[in-house]
Amino acid sequence: MWKGRDVITMREFTRKDMEEVLALSEKMEKISRGRGYDPILKGKILATLFFEPSTRTMFSFQTAMLRLGGTVIGTAEPKSTSAAKGETLWDMIKLVHECSDAIVMRHPNEGSARRAAESSDVPFINAGDGSNQHPTQALLDLYTIKQQKKKIDGLNVLLLGDLKYGRTVHSLAYALSQFEDVTITLHSPAQLRFPAWMYAELKESVKIREIPSMDLSQADVVYATRIQKERFADPTEYAQSAYVLDAEKIGTMKEDAIIMHPLPRVDEIATEVDADKRAKYFRQEANGIAVRMALLSLVMTGR
Amino acid sequence: MTTDKKEREGEMRVKKIENGVVIDHVNAGKAPAILKLLGIDSTFPGTVSIIMNIPSAKFGLKDIIKIEGKVMAEAEINKIALVSPHATVNIVKDYHVVKKHAVKLPEKLEGIIRCPNAICISNREGTPRLRVEQQSPLKVRCEYCERVFTEEQLA
Repeated sequence: MWKGRDVITMREFTRKDMEEVLALSEKMEKISRGRGYDPILKGKILATLFFEPSTRTMFSFQTAMLRLGGTVIGTAEPKSTSAAKGETLWDMIKLVHECSDAIVMRHPNEGSARRAAESSDVPFINAGDGSNQHPTQALLDLYTIKQQKKKIDGLNVLLLGDLKYGRTVHSLAYALSQFEDVTITLHSPAQLRFPAWMYAELKESVKIREIPSMDLSQADVVYATRIQKERFADPTEYAQSAYVLDAEKIGTMKEDAIIMHPLPRVDEIATEVDADKRAKYFRQEANGIAVRMALLSLVMTGR
Repeated sequence: MTTDKKEREGEMRVKKIENGVVIDHVNAGKAPAILKLLGIDSTFPGTVSIIMNIPSAKFGLKDIIKIEGKVMAEAEINKIALVSPHATVNIVKDYHVVKKHAVKLPEKLEGIIRCPNAICISNREGTPRLRVEQQSPLKVRCEYCERVFTEEQLA
């Protein structure tokens, strides 16, 4: 049952759910690129609330809604409005759901998505809650993997970078755990290791392992993430933890492997890699519109 | 001296209380954690006695806490199970035990404990809601931030 459903965490997605989103995303792809028009969300209003900076995700949701004939309302700075006056998220959502047919929100507090969804009578979509989850990113990541590798089952996916605070890798790992014979390989600086409780939970349903060095040779998908400087108290530790995928490093990758990144990148991927046929991060980013169109359509109309 | 006798002697080390609660069969060494869990500190008006590492026939060693003037509701009693699942709580009135409770961890901990994750939304607004996913070893999940916590992280 999609109509009215909240999208809070990949922990609540079955393989069938994911496959339904991916199938509809494929149908949406043409329209997402501005070819054709299908106003199935005409008359519907999407409210976007981004309590943390976002260009990519916010634009992607806005475009998705507009491409399907809907309207978007939102404030770029919800912090400067009622939240700054001390209003609770709960109360703020009570206003927003009266003004919209669906809500998309990014918020720095973990669990804020569940809290907001409980307050809302209209479908709620989590666009990132602290370091916890970013389910729509995981769905567009899966879509990209399926599109590029023609399958998800049986793949070895290497997650690199900030695996502790990176919500995109958390959501992606849960999504991948629903597929057959997938191997999730982790490599990160010691301070930014994948959360132990997630590791223990995922181990029940998927092959997951940490590797001590950045060995790219076994991976079918290399998923790089940004290491944020502000995570380190000591700048020398940051310098030691930073990594760069350059032409030399990716030389060790399989010929048919792909490189992904949730973007924005800083220095993790050298620009020389952009020209490599295995670099798929810009395609991945573009796929976000079709996937979000599919999700918006599903939660607002059920199809 | 037999263990039973040592146990009785240990229990008598602090005199009987008039009104309040005696928390018995506390896992050895866990008495301070229970006081913390119950929010009892130097501002508590009544006398609080802790006896630690008393020989126990059932558990080898145990702790006992006697709290003068403390009234406990069932939810607060059951909270003790988070750090000491075999504890018993004796309600004392006029020097007599009028009721004995075995602590029992409820499946849902709504408004009973805070989520240990400092940036969880439940620490900013609303009522914290955690779910016991496994009793032993203890695994509790916050229904908001989704994190799973162990006994050490909760105490």
